[in-house]
Amino acid sequence: MENVKQISTRESFGEALAELEDERIVVLDADLASSTKTNLFREKHPVRFIENGIAEADMIGTAAGLATCGKIPFAATFAAFATGRCYDQIRVSIAYPKLNVKICGTHSGVTVGEDGATHQMIEDISLMRTLPNMTVLSPSDDIQTKQLVKQIAEYKGPVYLRLGRIKTPVIYDEDEKFEIGKSKQFGDGKDATVFATGDVVVEALKAQQLLKEDGIDIRVIDMYSIKPIDREIIIKSAKETKQLLSIEDHNIIGGLGSAIAEVLCDEYPSNLIRLGIKDKFGKSGKPEALLKYYNIDSRAIIEALEG
Amino acid sequence: MKITKVEALEKTANKIRMGLLQSIYYAKSGHPGGSLSCVDILTVLYFNEMNINPEKPNDSLRDRFILSKGHASAALYATLAERGYFPKEDLITLRNIKSKLQGHPDMNKVPGVDMTTGSLGQGLSVANGMALASKMNKDGYRVYCLIGDGELQEGQIWEAMMTSSKYNLDNLCVIVDCNNLQLTGETSQIKNLNYESIESRFRSFGFNTLVIDGNNIESLVEAFNKAEHTKNLPTAIIARTVKGKGVSFMENQADWHGKQLNDEEYAKAIEELTKKR
Repeated sequence: MENVKQISTRESFGEALAELEDERIVVLDADLASSTKTNLFREKHPVRFIENGIAEADMIGTAAGLATCGKIPFAATFAAFATGRCYDQIRVSIAYPKLNVKICGTHSGVTVGEDGATHQMIEDISLMRTLPNMTVLSPSDDIQTKQLVKQIAEYKGPVYLRLGRIKTPVIYDEDEKFEIGKSKQFGDGKDATVFATGDVVVEALKAQQLLKEDGIDIRVIDMYSIKPIDREIIIKSAKETKQLLSIEDHNIIGGLGSAIAEVLCDEYPSNLIRLGIKDKFGKSGKPEALLKYYNIDSRAIIEALEG
Repeated sequence: MKITKVEALEKTANKIRMGLLQSIYYAKSGHPGGSLSCVDILTVLYFNEMNINPEKPNDSLRDRFILSKGHASAALYATLAERGYFPKEDLITLRNIKSKLQGHPDMNKVPGVDMTTGSLGQGLSVANGMALASKMNKDGYRVYCLIGDGELQEGQIWEAMMTSSKYNLDNLCVIVDCNNLQLTGETSQIKNLNYESIESRFRSFGFNTLVIDGNNIESLVEAFNKAEHTKNLPTAIIARTVKGKGVSFMENQADWHGKQLNDEEYAKAIEELTKKR
């Protein structure tokens, strides 16, 4: 994987957004365009770019108003502010009236790194998933992010798109197809299933390779659609593999692991090992060091499955 | 059916007052005080000022109205029913489990409601979004946003005010319903907000401001006209109103913010309003 292109999902998002052709698309910023990469859209379409300044709640409300008038607003800021600071605005002005706003949260998870706990959003999946009418997507690479950005522009309804700061390798071919509500499976090993999302999908793939050397054959499933979630593949994996494990750069409460556990509980009760941040806040450090510290890297997967 | 005669508008406002009290009486819950204070504003907007057609509630070129103080829903519903958006008989279903008339306005349930509201402080940002869309498309429609004076305690309003003036939203008109009362007491005591401080703050945030008697039909017609002719600046009409306006025992009484009417009180209120017709 060392030789493949490395790019963060926020960059892929910014590039894809700038390429969208629908003139109804409007992009809103809260003074972070150079970080969220919406500056690429601003350069191309300055008239359809709205700068709300450091006022995230106002940005969300403005987006809602634009949506009632037929626009397709993409409101982007750091995940911490996009979902945490504006939860009530999203709830009342977007989710409940089911308005066609795309909320894009970059810098999710502890991989934000040095900025520390205040900026490492590890509750966003949980917050957005619990809102009725909300779709939650958490892409893992460049190809997937770009395709999903295009799809959510065409999909009518509120969406939360979770994006990351750090560069990760491209793991899909150009012609790979993704769908809201689906997932992507790597391999069909029967020893275990590892469900992963976002920037730790690559950790799962690393673990898959390393485990193979020990004669353990696992499958990895990229759960890029958190809500709606691919129930079918969860049940199928539970039936076909000996162990189930989920991994996410998110609080252990309310995220991917919880969503999978809900499906299992309803339809095929099974044990599930959940790796995630164990109900703690993040801290400053290098992204890779933090993945190790919080036990959400390839080594943690291997230990959990072999241990 | 635009009404231009002041007397006819006053009569309409009176009917709306009776309609909203009827709905709150049947619901046995709701917010009579802040609903009554803004009835004259709603009457002038829906029967004189706004470019709307009840037969085409979703017309993309219509003027928009946002009731940011969503708890005054009973006033909005009574106005919409009087204007012909839905049958007046529906008003007595307010807050009922089978009703489209939710405790706070729901744009997907009630024809004529342009935005869902209820959590205070959010309406002005949404109004800005609508006004921006109108400008982007060169559609020319105007956007009206009614905010409570107590609601100005929400920080988001001030964020939104900066956006309104930054984008020179002269197609936006904010109306502040200054009845100086909120649930806990006087708005001027709780956060030093009276019509004077509200006016100077809106002005310093880049608004064209007008202070008027918000229960006076003529003043309202004139103020909306001025707002429409103001270029490059958003307008804020600081409407001095009386909470509970039109019902003697409710006027200026904070208790009537969110209180149900008993049989006797309802009969008395309707009797008073009937006499005014």
